[in-house]
Amino acid sequence: MDRRELIKTIAVLTGAAFVGGDLFLSGCREQNKALFSQEDIAFFDEVAETIIPRTDTPGAKDAEVGKFMVLYASDCYDIAQQQTLQQGITQINNTAKKKFRRAFVQLTTAQKLSLLTDIQEEARRQKARKDAPVHYFTLMKQLTLLGFFTSEAGATQVLRHLPVPGTYHGCVDYNGETAWG
Amino acid sequence: MAENKDAVTHFDAIVVGSGISGGWAAKELCEKGLKTLVLERGRNVEHIRDYPTASTPVWDFKYRGALPKSVLDANPYISRAAGYDASTAHFFVKDADHPYIQEKPFEWIRGYQVGGKSLIWGRACARWSAMDFTAPHRYGYGIEWPVGYDDIAPWYSHVEKFIGVCGNKDGIDTMPDGEFQPAFELNCVEQHLKEVVAEKFNRHYVSGRWAQVTQPQEIHKEQHRQCLSRNLCMRGCPLGGYFSSNASTLPWAEKTGNLTIRPFSVVHSVIYDEQSGKAAGVKVIDAQTKEEIIYHAKIIFLNASALNTNLILLNSVSERFPNGLGNDNGLLGKYICFHNYRASVSGEFDGFEDKYYKVSKPSECIIPNFRNVYQQDTDFVGGYVIFSAGYREKLNDENVPAVLGAAFKEAISKPGKWGAYMYMQGETIPKASNHVRLSKDKKDEWGIPLLITSVDYDDNDDRMVKDFIEQGTAMMAAAGAKNIVVNDNRQPPGLDIHEMGGVRMGKDPATSLLNEWNQLHHCKNVFVTDGACMTSTGNQSPSILYMSLTARAANYAVEQLKKGAL
Ligand SMILES: Cc1cc2nc3c(=O)[nH]c(=O)nc-3n(C[C@H](O)[C@H](O)[C@H](O)COP(=O)(O)OP(=O)(O)OC[C@H]3O[C@@H](n4cnc5c(N)ncnc54)[C@H](O)[C@@H]3O)c2cc1C
Ligand code: SF4
Repeated sequence: MDRRELIKTIAVLTGAAFVGGDLFLSGCREQNKALFSQEDIAFFDEVAETIIPRTDTPGAKDAEVGKFMVLYASDCYDIAQQQTLQQGITQINNTAKKKFRRAFVQLTTAQKLSLLTDIQEEARRQKARKDAPVHYFTLMKQLTLLGFFTSEAGATQVLRHLPVPGTYHGCVDYNGETAWG
Repeated sequence: MAENKDAVTHFDAIVVGSGISGGWAAKELCEKGLKTLVLERGRNVEHIRDYPTASTPVWDFKYRGALPKSVLDANPYISRAAGYDASTAHFFVKDADHPYIQEKPFEWIRGYQVGGKSLIWGRACARWSAMDFTAPHRYGYGIEWPVGYDDIAPWYSHVEKFIGVCGNKDGIDTMPDGEFQPAFELNCVEQHLKEVVAEKFNRHYVSGRWAQVTQPQEIHKEQHRQCLSRNLCMRGCPLGGYFSSNASTLPWAEKTGNLTIRPFSVVHSVIYDEQSGKAAGVKVIDAQTKEEIIYHAKIIFLNASALNTNLILLNSVSERFPNGLGNDNGLLGKYICFHNYRASVSGEFDGFEDKYYKVSKPSECIIPNFRNVYQQDTDFVGGYVIFSAGYREKLNDENVPAVLGAAFKEAISKPGKWGAYMYMQGETIPKASNHVRLSKDKKDEWGIPLLITSVDYDDNDDRMVKDFIEQGTAMMAAAGAKNIVVNDNRQPPGLDIHEMGGVRMGKDPATSLLNEWNQLHHCKNVFVTDGACMTSTGNQSPSILYMSLTARAANYAVEQLKKGAL
């Protein structure tokens, strides 16, 4: 099996998130350079929390997803991806200012949601076009999902976590529970 | 290791390598009372103690499982191995430490440590059928095996009982039943595939036979081994749930008091004694100090993994054997073969949304070979098995409504669509042109010539890939799969991790190197029982056959020793 496919399969079967699985293969450089600021972390926290909010279970901020996004983007992204992501911060803030006269982090929850929903639409249209560069929101969403569902909170309190399952059952009724972590 | 100056250097038996086959040689020889020295080039890995990531949750890995780029860049080959990631990388070699020369692309995947690749193997463990042993000869694409199914069957049983193999007794003539513990159940899509494949194709789709202890027997209880489906096997299992030398054969051998394991011992060559006409021992280079040490024994088992065993024999030159030990016919290093893993088929399934599984299983399903069994019925020779599994996707945001926030969180946390995949494991045809040899001028840091690999696919492999893709697609489509994706990845040989041959068994010393007891025809106290001995590749995962051949040969060796015949 080729590795990419295998990763996908392993991921599906064992529970590591395969969102962004392709990026996962490029490897991470340990680096001490801070490519992103504390402000950026706070910004990503808000984006991630908008995508995956706290409900009766933990949300992105509880899992410190902003911090993970910055680490992963600094060490594991290539320069083009990093630039796309950085431009994304600027663009989201510009749009926020244009629409609501405030920086993104200062918006209300409803405003953030409406703004990012529009941007997601734009990203989806871009993705549908052949050869279009990857949209910054696609990266942000992938990082959010990867960071959240591989965090302790995401993997154990949102997904279902059974570290030593015991007997395997092949075919059980499914009644809307969350996936196995 | 200065203490070795005074240490014992004479043993009854020497085993080179402590992996899947070497562990078995050690167990059998020690049990039968032979003082046995196991020489292992890598470090020691003690069961449980040396499994640093066994219980590390994903969030404790810095990049959540992704590897540092420096590691990937420094290891272009080994990092492509199945299952290589941040949680398992420490059980694979580093490319730069162990160079070899690829005359044609060949990605040689190795695990150098006590336990060898037994720590990281995939654990598929099915028997060959009687037809698999005779096919090369019957259809004229190889030489005759000197053993048949009936010779090996009792040793398969012997091995299965000890290592623990799960599976169902399916009564299939192309994949004989064995001594099984309860199998992992099929999930509902797999069950569906099983029915369709039986009804519409008259083929079998069954739970794979896997080296997992699902229902510990006395022997496994004694060794504290039980699989509880953690499915993190390749990190080393603290429950001893799957078979590895470290959890199973080596501690068993140790308990006899007859075992000495010497890690960091790179075997350079086998020493041939011109006077007695036998091997006298082996020359070892200490991996760390580079000191040279000679160990003596009455019998020698080579279990360094297929290509390393070729290397050691090619490097064992003497007046009598200027081209490598036992190599009178010049065939040592030739007829290297492997398994063809190139192609896969996957698809999506509707209609099982109200079903799921709990939680995950460490095995896959298998469709035993259905090609060229009773007659040559295709345009290629040899057969293939298909591994397959059904699963429910997760965290795939492409299949979730385009909303964000609480509704999205709820949707994305739920299991998604059902899918299934199939991939092939095909027989390849041994031929003289696929070979390994030693470099004339390049050596490794232990002064051992580098191995040159010259191994490639041929047309037969292409035709088999084509047939698998057609058949796999037809079976998936018949089961109602949608969005079927086929892939021929054309990965270089080696990545299949089932390299075999070079020191093949046979009836005739003119065309083979080993006899029916895995003895070198021309140096009878040297036994080769790892993949190097394979006369053909068959289509099943090979390791349980190596184990069975090893146990059989070891018992024979002890008998012969007792009779004074060795
Ligand atoms: C990811 C993966 C999945 C696999 N899946 C399966 C599967 O599902 N089913 C299956 O049947 N097989 C599978 N295999 C293959 C299986 O691992 C091998 O067939 C098996 O390990 C071979 O056993 P061995 O004893 O010949 O070699 P190994 O287990 O590799 O052991 C050889 C040992 O010899 C040592 N050695 C090498 N050279 C020297 C030397 N010069 N001096 C001293 N020591 C030396 C090595 O360090 C090593 O410890 C898989 C392998 C991998 C890596
Ligand atoms: S699946 Fe079984 S053998 Fe593998 S890690 Fe889990 S308990 Fe251990």
